[in-house]
Amino acid sequence: MSSAASVHSLWTAAADAPQKIPAPHIEYAQLSPTLIVLGAAVLGILVEAFLPRRTRYPAQLLLATVGLVAAFAAVIALAAGGYGTDKAHIAAMGAVAVDGPALFLQGTLLLASLIAVFTFAERRLDPAAHGRRVDSFAAQGAAVPGGEAEQEAVKAGFTTTEVFPLVLFAVGGMLVFPAANDLLTLFVALEVFSLPLYVLCALARRQRLMSQESAVKYFLLGAFSSAFLLFGVALLYGYAGTVSYAGIADVVSGTTRSVDPALASTSGNDALLLIGGALVLMGLLFKVGAVPFHMWTPDVYQGAPTPVTGFMAAATKVAAFGALLRLLYVVLPGLRWDWRPVMWGVAIVTMVVGAIVAVTQTDVKRLLAYSSIAHAGFLLAGVTAASPDGISSVLFYLVTYAFVTLGAFAVVTLVRDAGGEATHLSKWAGLGRRSPLVAAVFAVFLLAFAGIPLTSGFAGKFAVFKAAAESGATPLVIVGVLSSAVAAFFYVRVIVLMFFSEPRPDGPTVAVPSALTSTAIAVGVALTVVLGVAPQYFLELAGQAGTFVR
Amino acid sequence: MENLIGLLVAAPLLGAAVLLCGGRRLDRSGPWVGTLLAAVSFGLGVVLFADMLGRSGEDRTLTTTVFSWVPVGGFRADVGFQLDQLSMTFVLLITGVGTLIHLYSVGYMEHDERRRRFFGYLNLFLAAMLLLVVADNYLLLYVGWEGVGLASYLLIGFWQHKPSAATAAKKAFLVNRVGDMGLSVAIMLMFTTFGTFAFGPVLDGAEAAGEGKLTAIGLMLLLAACGKSAQVPLQSWLGDAMEGPTPVSALIHAATMVTAGVYLITRSGAVFDAAPTAQAAVVTVGAVTLLFGAIVGCAKDDIKKALAGSTMSQIGYMILAAGLGPVGYVFAIMHLVTHGFFKAGLFLGAGSVMHGMNDEVDMRRYGGLRKYMPVTFVTFGLGYLAIIGFPGLSGFFSKDKIIEAAFAKGGTEGWILGGAALLGAGITAFYMTRVMIMTFFGEPRWQPTASDSGSAAGSGAPHPHESPKTMTVPMVILAFGSVFAGGLFSINDTFLKWLEPVTGHAHGNPPVSALTVTAATMVVLVLGVALAWARYGRRPVPVTAPRGSGLTRAARRDLFQDDFNHVVLVRGGEHLTRSLVYVDHTLVDGVVNGTAASVGGLSGRMRRLQNGYARSYAVSMFGGAALLIAATLLMRAV
Repeated sequence: MSSAASVHSLWTAAADAPQKIPAPHIEYAQLSPTLIVLGAAVLGILVEAFLPRRTRYPAQLLLATVGLVAAFAAVIALAAGGYGTDKAHIAAMGAVAVDGPALFLQGTLLLASLIAVFTFAERRLDPAAHGRRVDSFAAQGAAVPGGEAEQEAVKAGFTTTEVFPLVLFAVGGMLVFPAANDLLTLFVALEVFSLPLYVLCALARRQRLMSQESAVKYFLLGAFSSAFLLFGVALLYGYAGTVSYAGIADVVSGTTRSVDPALASTSGNDALLLIGGALVLMGLLFKVGAVPFHMWTPDVYQGAPTPVTGFMAAATKVAAFGALLRLLYVVLPGLRWDWRPVMWGVAIVTMVVGAIVAVTQTDVKRLLAYSSIAHAGFLLAGVTAASPDGISSVLFYLVTYAFVTLGAFAVVTLVRDAGGEATHLSKWAGLGRRSPLVAAVFAVFLLAFAGIPLTSGFAGKFAVFKAAAESGATPLVIVGVLSSAVAAFFYVRVIVLMFFSEPRPDGPTVAVPSALTSTAIAVGVALTVVLGVAPQYFLELAGQAGTFVR
Repeated sequence: MENLIGLLVAAPLLGAAVLLCGGRRLDRSGPWVGTLLAAVSFGLGVVLFADMLGRSGEDRTLTTTVFSWVPVGGFRADVGFQLDQLSMTFVLLITGVGTLIHLYSVGYMEHDERRRRFFGYLNLFLAAMLLLVVADNYLLLYVGWEGVGLASYLLIGFWQHKPSAATAAKKAFLVNRVGDMGLSVAIMLMFTTFGTFAFGPVLDGAEAAGEGKLTAIGLMLLLAACGKSAQVPLQSWLGDAMEGPTPVSALIHAATMVTAGVYLITRSGAVFDAAPTAQAAVVTVGAVTLLFGAIVGCAKDDIKKALAGSTMSQIGYMILAAGLGPVGYVFAIMHLVTHGFFKAGLFLGAGSVMHGMNDEVDMRRYGGLRKYMPVTFVTFGLGYLAIIGFPGLSGFFSKDKIIEAAFAKGGTEGWILGGAALLGAGITAFYMTRVMIMTFFGEPRWQPTASDSGSAAGSGAPHPHESPKTMTVPMVILAFGSVFAGGLFSINDTFLKWLEPVTGHAHGNPPVSALTVTAATMVVLVLGVALAWARYGRRPVPVTAPRGSGLTRAARRDLFQDDFNHVVLVRGGEHLTRSLVYVDHTLVDGVVNGTAASVGGLSGRMRRLQNGYARSYAVSMFGGAALLIAATLLMRAV
């Protein structure tokens, strides 16, 4: 009987007019920046598959450049079309936001990635192997380091041109990350940009073991943190019955309640909300490199190929801070008094640890890694302001930081000795005498990191500290200024080392880069000075972009 | 017309830029370029003057704002010019005397290799001094004030190969810094009191500001004036400043720059009028300095230092007059102008004498020069008669008025001030007669100079000769000024009427009649001249200075000014710096090094957490996540 009834019901269901499944409504034009970049990445894979080896490098470089420029043009077109301000809304069925912060961050990301791609493509620095110019990447990523296969690959002049599609995939994920408007999109974007980065980290041409070690560490810890994040997503779903930012925010503020009967026992349970929120936050804090989730940073920054390090340091930070801002300002504003003190604590610990541990570093890449941790702390100070000024100051800081970082790592690729890049600080002694220009440029970047007036670093730091102070976080600002003082010590120490020490007889040589790296460095210096001397225009731009759509 | 004011400043500034940046190509033409641009500036001054005379007394002031200089919130400073009768007087004096001295320098510096630079500095000085007097606010005035200080420093130390010149330049600079601090504090006080630096609002609103603040501002302005005008207690640099080339002494350290203090006080008259305490301080400084300078001038054997003492003393008269308020402002400026003529002329004459005597400056080695340098003798003589106040010459009119005004102050104060001014006139007659006699009369006492005897054995004693035309012509022109300026100013009270709209004027009523004062002045004048004649004219002047009385010895040492400064300021300063250095080394460095060491130690320890094992990193993350959750829950609980 029962089976008959069920059969009947099947029949009746089939007999009824089939329920219409609505096709998702996708605003392709508004998602075009991401789509262009991902399309270019797919084309890059096809290039790898079908073009002869010789032509791959120029084809990939062209494809990546055109893709990023076109995507940037699309961002500008969207911003000019008013999507940053009055037409801001949520596209793709509530998955992706198109608003001021998203467009601002995407534009920054695309420009930074373009610069990073230039440093990826640099082939003048390493001495030519077997008559062929090579870049910073392993001849064949799969070959065992030091094994026969590797030697053959080097002899054959292979290069890993796959780095270009990889970096494009990563950029595609990063573009979605700060725009993600539901937790699942957030998670997918996170993985889309993380996985290519793990691979890129493993591809250094020199010191391959260290490079692979860093990739494995990054992967393990990244996976670990992703698990936390995913668990947090699950808990938040349990709390709100939805993964959409706006939906969760509504439940938090009490305007709606979850309707799903399956969740009746958990929905509205504050413990779920708080623990879930903390875990999602933790996943993002891992990506920005905040203490105590920062331990991967120095090891990975040191081991990864330097252009990749520059790209990670600049672009990942922009994307992750964008996502963090959106999460805190859209999903959790109702919990402001719960998350703010916690974030205060994280910001303080991050600034202090980053600045203090950097003091005893002897490797320039590790030094910059700790410096990036300290900068994450300063940025967190701006994030905790919980005000429109907080958003715009963080956006501005990200621009200044991204280009200084790219430029600084580009300079690091130039200073070389027989073993590749000479990253030990003792080798940089007296660099100012041998290569005054390179040392001076690096000094400019260091001063910007230290936040000396008339550099972009000062304008950015001033903006975030001002926003933090105005929101009542005076202790945070005091700690920030004190950490800046400690940080200034190790930046200036490098300058002193470069200009006021005797050069070592076995010191490194400074390679003469092609136009690619020169462009990266020149853009870094230009933005450092322009944003330092006349920051007002960009501050206003960031201020206009300072409202999240809900 | 307003636009010409800017050009007035720009012409010498252009000259300075061209000459200082132009390089060796301009070595030959440089002096004439500098002189030409000074003359252009003078020409512009004359055009502006003629234009000003064409308008009636009340609306002669020209103002113009060139651009907004520092607009920051409520703080607003403009580069703006104001040319009124007071500024105009200075403009004509500065550019007129300046041009003459440029011309004189063409001859005087003929053999100096670095003369292009010299003229560049002179032009720089003119530009800064003009900026000082045409600025329409105190901040821009301060720019000019510092500019003349810089030019003065560069020119005193122009012969930098001489250690004495380098030291003198440094001394002048340091002492002037003290005064400059006064000016900057005064400007800050003005900003906090009035919210602006412009002359108009500050001076118009002065009376409403309250006496306490005005007294503070006035005293600070007086400190500034003391520094720039070499008044007690900041007088010590002027004597040493004579190390500079003589045209510099004539232009900067006699005729123009050192009178900037008088300008400042007269310009700020409204402040002082409302602050009697500050005014009393001004007259005290003036009276003390006029005697101080005169006494020092009596004992100096170096002709330029004797004249420097005299300059100090004459500026003391001006400061005294300016401190008397509306009764004295006009006479202060009038004496300033006549003094500009005769003192510049006297210095140029001294330079001419030195030029003919192998740069000998010791008057005990002069004597009988009137026959060899007739033009110098006559022009110097006229300047001498003017400064001692010989009836009918410039100094007579201007100084007499100041003495009258001092008596008119009334009460004991009036008697003391008037007495001091009268006594000063007598001493002036004494030391100037002494200079005159030792230089131009008596038997020749020429000797090979120290510099000569070593290098060229055969050169022997100097052969005095008259200086070239470029030098004598300016001297002659200045001599005309020394003779006639005072008279021209006094007939029908021309100068009084000219300046009154700006400074205001009140007639003083001396307790004795003006005629009595004049008669008394004549008596002390004759006494001074007679005493000098008795001491130096009737007896031969010994070539080596006799030991002299205690007062003479004290005066030779500038009344122990340097000893005083050394004991009180230098030693005191050394003690202070030594104790500060001690505190710095032990306390500050201790804290700094301690902090650095503890940060370094902490860094080393925290670094060990970074051990390279992914597992311990994961533990740290796990612990962090637990803490994060715990903290979030705790926040909710509290």
